[in-house]
Amino acid sequence: MSIDRPTTERHQMSVEPNTTAVATSTPTLTDVVDHRIEVSDLNIFYGDFRAVADVSMTIEPKSITALIGPSGCGKSTFLRSLNRMHEVIDGAYVQGHVRLNGEDLYGPGVDPVAVRRKVGMVFQRPNPFPTMSIYDNVIAGMKLNSRRLRKAETDEIVERSLRGANLWEEVKDRLDKPGSGLSGGQQQRLCIARATAVEPDVLLMDEPCSALDPISTLAIEQLMLELREHFTIVIVTHNMQQAARVSERTGFFNIEGTGKPGRLVEIDDTATMFSNPSQQATQDYVTGRFG
Amino acid sequence: MTATLTPTPTPTPSPDSDGHTSGQLSRIHIALIAVGAVAVGAATWAPSGAVNWARWIIVSVLVYIVATYVISRIVEGGRKATDRVVAAIVTCGFLIVMLPLVSVVWTVIDRGAARFDATFFTETMRLTPDDMAAQNEGAAVGGAYHAIVGTLIVTGLATAFSVPFGLFTAIYLVEYGRGKLARGITSMVDVMTGIPSIVAGLFAYALFELFFGPGTRTGLAGGVALTVLMTPVVVRSSEEMLRLVPNELREASYALGVPKWKTIVKVVIPTAIAGILTGITLAIARVIGETAPLLVTVGLAQDTNYNPFDGRMTTLPVYTYYQYVQPGIPPEAGQDRAWAAALALVVIVAILFTIARILAKILKPKGLR
Repeated sequence: MSIDRPTTERHQMSVEPNTTAVATSTPTLTDVVDHRIEVSDLNIFYGDFRAVADVSMTIEPKSITALIGPSGCGKSTFLRSLNRMHEVIDGAYVQGHVRLNGEDLYGPGVDPVAVRRKVGMVFQRPNPFPTMSIYDNVIAGMKLNSRRLRKAETDEIVERSLRGANLWEEVKDRLDKPGSGLSGGQQQRLCIARATAVEPDVLLMDEPCSALDPISTLAIEQLMLELREHFTIVIVTHNMQQAARVSERTGFFNIEGTGKPGRLVEIDDTATMFSNPSQQATQDYVTGRFG
Repeated sequence: MTATLTPTPTPTPSPDSDGHTSGQLSRIHIALIAVGAVAVGAATWAPSGAVNWARWIIVSVLVYIVATYVISRIVEGGRKATDRVVAAIVTCGFLIVMLPLVSVVWTVIDRGAARFDATFFTETMRLTPDDMAAQNEGAAVGGAYHAIVGTLIVTGLATAFSVPFGLFTAIYLVEYGRGKLARGITSMVDVMTGIPSIVAGLFAYALFELFFGPGTRTGLAGGVALTVLMTPVVVRSSEEMLRLVPNELREASYALGVPKWKTIVKVVIPTAIAGILTGITLAIARVIGETAPLLVTVGLAQDTNYNPFDGRMTTLPVYTYYQYVQPGIPPEAGQDRAWAAALALVVIVAILFTIARILAKILKPKGLR
């Protein structure tokens, strides 16, 4: 699997910060790669335990898809299977297919490391590298992979990524300070900048605001709406208002009982899901009647 | 309102009152109780005129604990009194444990200072007849230069062997090891930690005898013996430090498309490096004072030997031992050298700890300071 994107696209990304509006994507370039994710008959196991059963969905490119559901229903597990992150847990494996741009992420010979370069991730708790400065945290993806870059290039990547994460103005004077000295919301935006700096196709967010206060949450949500222009975003959230605010499509996961696998109940346009879902279970959940 | 007009009555300290106030003992009160307890302890031996340290300490501690309880019980009440007594026991326990340490350091400095001079650090024990004559007249001759060199070489070799072995084992156990193999290694490391040092020395001696014939004594053999003792300590401390690295950092690195080995080299180890260095220093301190295995494997020499692959060497612990059991004539000369060597060993360990502390401070992740 090639990890390089077409050069035209890379060029388009790199001129981004010079334009005033972040939301300028050229239609011709959008057509080059559509970053659509197609999941078919996905079963996720931890050893003998089937955590997620028979999930099939299509995640639209350049949009935000929210996954909601009660705790333990497998939505985080499902999210982590989209960039093969769940495999870092012993005994975890997957049956079924996840296709990104038509390529099966679970095909034979696919390197999970290469998958993760295309599908970035932001975690529940902000996790900047404590040994690195803010600057180094942003370019960590390149630095850790020993990509040789000129100072001018990294400067540009750092500024573009931090501007993209709405963090540049707050940290531009202290880029050499440790990233863990920032507030929780700033740290999370730093982690988003770090994830976007490697220019992935898809950005997975696992409850990115659950450890943040409402103001930081608002900042992240606004950021997500801007990032939507460049990335396919999948977000797991416990906050239904958040799902309603930011996402185009919402998927509802549910679990029948302890020890049973989680299943995708339905996925539809967010407006439909919150007003007139086709399943009674979804209706009950979004109106707060259970779960 | 009447409350604003009348002056607020000051709460009278009384443990019996149902209110939320009670008397309080300040630090000064506690200090006075301690001084009183020490005075009572002194009073038990004062009439005879002879200082009885053991009785003084035991009586003082007991009086202090009992007096603290009784006074606190009267002034502050039962719960606070229990708290005070436990605090008093913990403090006394700490002070009693500190006594031998202070005593050892004091004795070593006091007795070692006599020969802690320039000659000691530049001369060896290759004494000429003139030196012997001068020693007879009480001059300071002979030194431990060769022993310091030997200790640094042998310990350095042991460190060079055991740090890679130990660190790689720890990385395997934390990052890769699963199932029976990892459990087996863990229990073997535990067993190795308990090996008596003389057994490690005999092992190294037997190993080198196998290859180089009987009676082989080299710095290298000593390094191997110390490696056997040091490796499990390095494994254990590094393992604990690596486990302390939050899993979130590993996941953050994986999610950026960084392979596992690069994650370990560039994220996990740098995050844990301060603790790993401290652990290595502790391991060095553990083996640098070993005498028995070095007696067997390295032996003793009168002159400096820089070559660990050929011939005997002197190390500071062995030097100390021989200067004490065979002090020569007059015996004070050798005994002074023994104490000075012990002091040199303590100073070397102290320097190592200082270096490790400084390195740890520099390398420690900034956000975790």
